[in-house]
Amino acid sequence: MAKITYVTHDNQIHTVEVQNGLTVMEGAVQNDIPGIDADCGGGMACATCHVYVNDEWFDKLPNKEDGEEDMLDMAFEPKKNSRLSCQIIVSDELDGLKVNIPSKQG
Amino acid sequence: MNKTDALIIGAGPTGLFTAHQLKLIGLDCEIVDNLDKIGGQCIELYPDKPIYDIPAVPECTGEELTNNLLNQLKPFDIKFHLSERVDEVKKENENWIVRTNNGTTFSTPNVIIAGGVGSFEPRKFPVKECEKFENKSVFYSIKDKKIFDGKIVTIFGGGDSALDWAVELSNNSTVNLVHRRDDFRGAQATVDKVQELAKNGKINLFTKCQINSIKGEDKLESLDIKNDNKETKTLKTDFALGFFGLIMQLGPIANWGLNIDKKTIEVDTEKFETNQKGIYAVGDICNYPGKLKLILSGFHEGALAARACFKLARPNEKYRFEFTTSSKTIKDRLGVKGD
Repeated sequence: MAKITYVTHDNQIHTVEVQNGLTVMEGAVQNDIPGIDADCGGGMACATCHVYVNDEWFDKLPNKEDGEEDMLDMAFEPKKNSRLSCQIIVSDELDGLKVNIPSKQG
Repeated sequence: MNKTDALIIGAGPTGLFTAHQLKLIGLDCEIVDNLDKIGGQCIELYPDKPIYDIPAVPECTGEELTNNLLNQLKPFDIKFHLSERVDEVKKENENWIVRTNNGTTFSTPNVIIAGGVGSFEPRKFPVKECEKFENKSVFYSIKDKKIFDGKIVTIFGGGDSALDWAVELSNNSTVNLVHRRDDFRGAQATVDKVQELAKNGKINLFTKCQINSIKGEDKLESLDIKNDNKETKTLKTDFALGFFGLIMQLGPIANWGLNIDKKTIEVDTEKFETNQKGIYAVGDICNYPGKLKLILSGFHEGALAARACFKLARPNEKYRFEFTTSSKTIKDRLGVKGD
């Protein structure tokens, strides 16, 4: 279990408990957090679960797998700290993780 | 005006199998899809990715599944309207009048929405001012490459479309290629070609850069790109081309008076009919208690929606349930010999 904080583009803060093993994307979808569309359902085939990871957390996350960076090419305003939230798997170590959701996904 | 027993919106696996079910029970149908090819998400998002949960098919790719479904449709004559998006659905007497963005119209008692997550549209530049130049000096696809001859063209993206056009247009135009990182995801041969052209000064390559702003009055004059260190650079340009892939949008479906919740359409589980009589939703786009977004669920939903269509398309006939193994009528439709 980890507390994950999602900050939407209008600075609304949503902190929810997400079960270990789920992805950060699933945590958002299950808790109705707006702005994470996840159109492809976690197949790394779209970029609509794109988030910005807070700097202090970015380096602590496991590295991107092949393909994630390719999909991020298609994300809306990708930055250095961009990740696909469907590729971040929640564990106790991620307790306190904070991600920002871009102003739109399309 | 095209008259048909049922119009299917979406040529993904669910739309294709629904067409098969309609034809088996003796109804005709036509299919509209906004993509320029058949297969929906299977072909656009994961043509090479294996799928393991199609009944009786241990493993197949999105492309193989699409081809198999098309093979299954071979006995039937089905008209596809590709690269067309359904914009308007209106009731006229007992029929629905459907109009696409190309002006094609249909009159049909049954509309089956098999639209997945919506229609695929090009992903656009994040800079809002780009909108006013769209289809004049900002493009997301190329119809006539001659308009770029002798001009300065700035291409954004790192996939095959961006790279192929950079190579092609470098013959007759000044080409700037801008990409957000050093790696490209296009075919290696094309990446090598781009690197070579960049070395010879035929392509001006700007990596780790993204669009920041765009300038011009009636026509585009220049645009600013920004690198990772937030340094900006102005590029004089006549055209900007963005190749950032496709995004799925619910689009005009939202305006047809259907009950929509979170980009999905509410249906009953007997006919997969929406709150509008004669409009059905099947596959990923429909929603009901227990809905699973699996291809196999779409097949089931399509089969039931097809039977519901029969009632409205043949009001004076009674639908008879028959098996493909034993029905002579169905075998005739399939063009196979009976026993």
